[in-house]
Amino acid sequence: MVSPTPLQAFSGVQKAPTKTSKQTLVDGEKMTGAQALIRTLEDLGVQDVFGIPGGAILPVYHQIHDDTKFRFVLMRHEQGAGHAAEGYAVATGRVGVCIVTSGPGATNMVTPIADANMDSVPLVVISGQVGVDSIGTDAFQEADTVGITYPVVKHSYLVTDAQDIPRVLAEAHYIARSGRPGPVVVDVSKTAQVGEMYYSWPQKMILPGYNPTTKPHGHVLREAVKLVEQSYRPVLYVGGGAMRSNASAQVKELADLTDAPIVTTLPARGIVPDSDPKMLGMLGMHGTLAATAATQKCDLLVAIGARFDDRVTGKMEAFAPAARVIHIDIDPAEIGKRRQPDVPIVGDVTEVLNALNAEIKRGQAIHGKPNLEPWWKLINAWRQKYPMEYDEKTPDGTLSPQWVVEELSRQAALSTIWVSGVGQHQMWASQLVDFENPHSWISSGGLGTMGFGLPAAIGARVGSSRDFGGKKPVWLIDGDGSFQMTSEELAAAFIDNAPVKIAILNNSVYGMVRQWQTLFYDKHYSQTSIRDGENTEDIINVPDFVKLAEAYSCVGIRATTQDEAKAAIKRANEINDRPVLIDFRVYKDAMVWPMVAAGQSNDTVTYKPGVQPLLHHDTTDSSANGSQDDTASTPVASDTAATGKSEE
Amino acid sequence: MAIYPASTPHSERHTLSVLVENRPGVLARIAGLFARRAFNINSLSVSPTERPDISRVTVTADVEQVPLEQIIKQLNKLLHVLKIVDLDNTDAVERELVLIKVAADETNRSDVLEIVRLFRVRVVDVHPESLTIEATGAEGKIDALLGLLKNYGVIELVRSGAVAVTRGPHALSEKVVGSEIRGR
Ligand SMILES: Cc1ncc(C[n+]2csc(CCOP(=O)(O)OP(=O)(O)O)c2C)c(N)n1
Repeated sequence: MVSPTPLQAFSGVQKAPTKTSKQTLVDGEKMTGAQALIRTLEDLGVQDVFGIPGGAILPVYHQIHDDTKFRFVLMRHEQGAGHAAEGYAVATGRVGVCIVTSGPGATNMVTPIADANMDSVPLVVISGQVGVDSIGTDAFQEADTVGITYPVVKHSYLVTDAQDIPRVLAEAHYIARSGRPGPVVVDVSKTAQVGEMYYSWPQKMILPGYNPTTKPHGHVLREAVKLVEQSYRPVLYVGGGAMRSNASAQVKELADLTDAPIVTTLPARGIVPDSDPKMLGMLGMHGTLAATAATQKCDLLVAIGARFDDRVTGKMEAFAPAARVIHIDIDPAEIGKRRQPDVPIVGDVTEVLNALNAEIKRGQAIHGKPNLEPWWKLINAWRQKYPMEYDEKTPDGTLSPQWVVEELSRQAALSTIWVSGVGQHQMWASQLVDFENPHSWISSGGLGTMGFGLPAAIGARVGSSRDFGGKKPVWLIDGDGSFQMTSEELAAAFIDNAPVKIAILNNSVYGMVRQWQTLFYDKHYSQTSIRDGENTEDIINVPDFVKLAEAYSCVGIRATTQDEAKAAIKRANEINDRPVLIDFRVYKDAMVWPMVAAGQSNDTVTYKPGVQPLLHHDTTDSSANGSQDDTASTPVASDTAATGKSEE
Repeated sequence: MAIYPASTPHSERHTLSVLVENRPGVLARIAGLFARRAFNINSLSVSPTERPDISRVTVTADVEQVPLEQIIKQLNKLLHVLKIVDLDNTDAVERELVLIKVAADETNRSDVLEIVRLFRVRVVDVHPESLTIEATGAEGKIDALLGLLKNYGVIELVRSGAVAVTRGPHALSEKVVGSEIRGR
C-alpha cells in the first residue's frame, strides 16, 4: 500500500456535514431579534425601562409602541439612565433595566455599571452594537463594550444571533437579581436585532457555571451559636447585603434575641429603625462615636452582608482587635477577603438569619443568655456623652447644613425615600436623617459617584409611583458640586413626571474635598471653590440654581435663613405635580464629625476637634473648644497626609 | 489580610487547573482577574478537552496562599468557570513542551547530541550552525536540560507552558453537567 501524500491525507479527512450546525427551531412565533427583545422584557415582567436611543439600537427602539407593556423613561444622559435604573432597583427591589446605543452610549454607562457592581445593585444594561461584519473594524460608534466592562460587571454577553436574544435576556435578568445581585451587560449587535428568529417562552437557561449558595450549613450555625453564647460584648455589623436580602425583620430578631447592639454601613441605613434602642447608627470614617467605639471594643463581631470596606474598618489590622468574627455573606469571595472570620457562613442573609435565630433560641432554652448589662452601660455612656452634635450658628450667618438636614427630616413624611449625592451632605444625611424604614435610603456607597443623586431620585420616584402609588415622596439631599454633574436630568424629572424634591446644600465648594484640604493639606484650597453660591463682584451664582430649576419648568426656591428654610421645605412638601429644588445657602467650612482619617485605626476617631475619646480613654478633654475650624487640634498627625493623598 | 502584590520572589509555585466553558472571551476575563491582583503568571495554556463544550486552562504562578485563595474564589464567580483545582504536585502529572535552538556546529554537535540522548529528547531540525531540540517533561528536567545547553549558546527558546492532569481514572469534568453550552 502506498501511503498518501500529506495533501491526500488531508482530503481523506471526513468533511464536516455542510448543513449548518445550528438547528432551527420552527416552533415559536417568527419575528426579528428586536421584536424578540421587547417581547422578552415584557415576558420577564419588566415594567419600567430607562435609556436613550441611537443608531445601533434603533431596530429595538422601533419596536417600542404605545401598547408595549413597559413604560419607557427617556433620560438626558446614559449615565442618568443607569443611575435612575439603580435608584429604581434599590427602591423597588426589582431589576433596573436600561437600553442604550453603542459606542458613546455604552461608554456613558460604564460609571453606573461600576457603581451597581460595587453596591450589588441588580441591573440589566442592554446596549446596541454595530453589525457583526463591522465588529473589530473601528466602525462608526463601535466600542468593545463587553471588553470595557469586564472588570466591573457581574456578567456580560455579546449577542450576534437573533435566536439567542430571549435566552440571553432571561439569563441576564436571573443573574442580575440572584445570588449577590449585580450589573449584567447584554451587548446586542445590529445583526442580531434585525435577524429573524422563532420566539418561544419560557426559555431554558444554560448556566452550568452559576450555582449561588443560599442555604447555610448546619454545623457553622452551631459554631456561631457557641460564639454568641460565649460573648459578653457582641456587635451586629450590618451591611448592604442584608438590605438586598430584605433581612430587616431577621436582623431585628437577632438583635432582640441576643440583646446585641446594631451598627450599620452606609447602604444599610434604615435596616432597623433609628428609633430602635439597639440601633447605634453608622460606624466607620464618619460613623457615630457609639457605633465605632462599640465595634472597636466588642468581643464578637457578627458581620451580616457587610464586606469590611476600608471606609468602615479604618486601618484593617486595628479594626475590632479583640473580636471573634462571624461573617455571613452570599458571596464566598467576600469571606476572608479582608479579615479571616472564626465562623464563615455562606448563604443568603435572610435564610441564614432565619436558621441562626432558630438555633439561638434552641440554645438559649438550654443555656440561657449572657448578661450584657455592663456592655450596655458602656455603650449608653458613649451615646450620652457623644451624641451627633453640630453648631447651629455659623460664623458667617449662613445656614448650618446639618440643621437643614435635621429640619428636612423633621418635616418629612415617615414613608420618605431619601437619596443623596456624594460628599459632606451625604454623610450628614446618613447621620442626621431619621430612618424608620428599610429601602428608604439610596446613596452611592462603594464607588462614591458624584452625580448619582438626581437620576437615582428620578428612578426611585418612578419606582414609588409603580409600587406605592406615588405615596412615598422622594427627597434628594445633594451637594452643589454633585448636582451639577447630572443636572440635565431635571428635564427628565419634569417631562417624565417624576416630582422629586431636591435639597441642595449649597456651600459653593466641593465640601468634602475642602474638608480634607483643611485637615491634611495645609488649607491649600486648590480647585475646590466652585463659587455657585457666591456673591462677589465678578461672579454671582453660577449657576443660579433657582433659575436653573425654572428653566426646566421646575419650582426653584432659595433659602438663606432658618425661617426661609422652614417655609421652603413646607412648600416643597406640598407640591406634587412637578420637581421642586431648594437652594439652601450653607456654611462653607462646616465639617463632618466624627471622623477617622483614611488609613488610621478607628481608635483614633475624632469626635470633634481635639476630642479623641477612644485614644485618651477620658472624654472630658478640656482643651476642646468645639470650634469647627480649629486646626490647632486637627485630629491627625501630619504624617498621615501621605495616606490621605492616595485615598481620595 | 490583603497581600499585594500577590506574587513575590519567594512565593511558592502553584498549578491551577481551570475548566471553563468553550466560549469567546473567557480567557480575557480570567487573565484580567490575574492582572488586577498583580499575580505574576509563570505560564498559562488553554486548549480544548475531551468535551467539545469545555476548555481547560492551566496556570502556574508563584503566589502566596492567601491571595491564591482569593483569586480562586474570584475565578469561581466568573460564570464561564466551571471548576477550579489547585493541583497538588504529588498527585498530578505535569508536563511542558520546549523547543530550543542551540548554536551547535561541527565542533560541538556531537556533545550536544550526547546531551539529547541522555535526556531522551529529540532533535527536530538540523542546520550546519544549529540544532533544534524538542523536549517534554516536568519542570525539573527541562531546567536541567536548559542548564546544560546554555553552555553552547541558546539562539532561540520557546516553551508551551505547563499542562497537568491528576493521576488515576477520574476526569475533572466528570461533575460538570450542561453539555449544551454553545455560542455566547
Ligand atoms: C465623579 C466624582 N468625581 C470626583 C469625586 C471626588 N469627590 C468626592 S466628594 C467631592 C466634593 C463633593 O462636593 P459637593 O457635591 O458640593 O458636596 P459637599 O461635599 O460640598 O456636600 C468630590 C469632588 C467623586 N466622588 N466623584
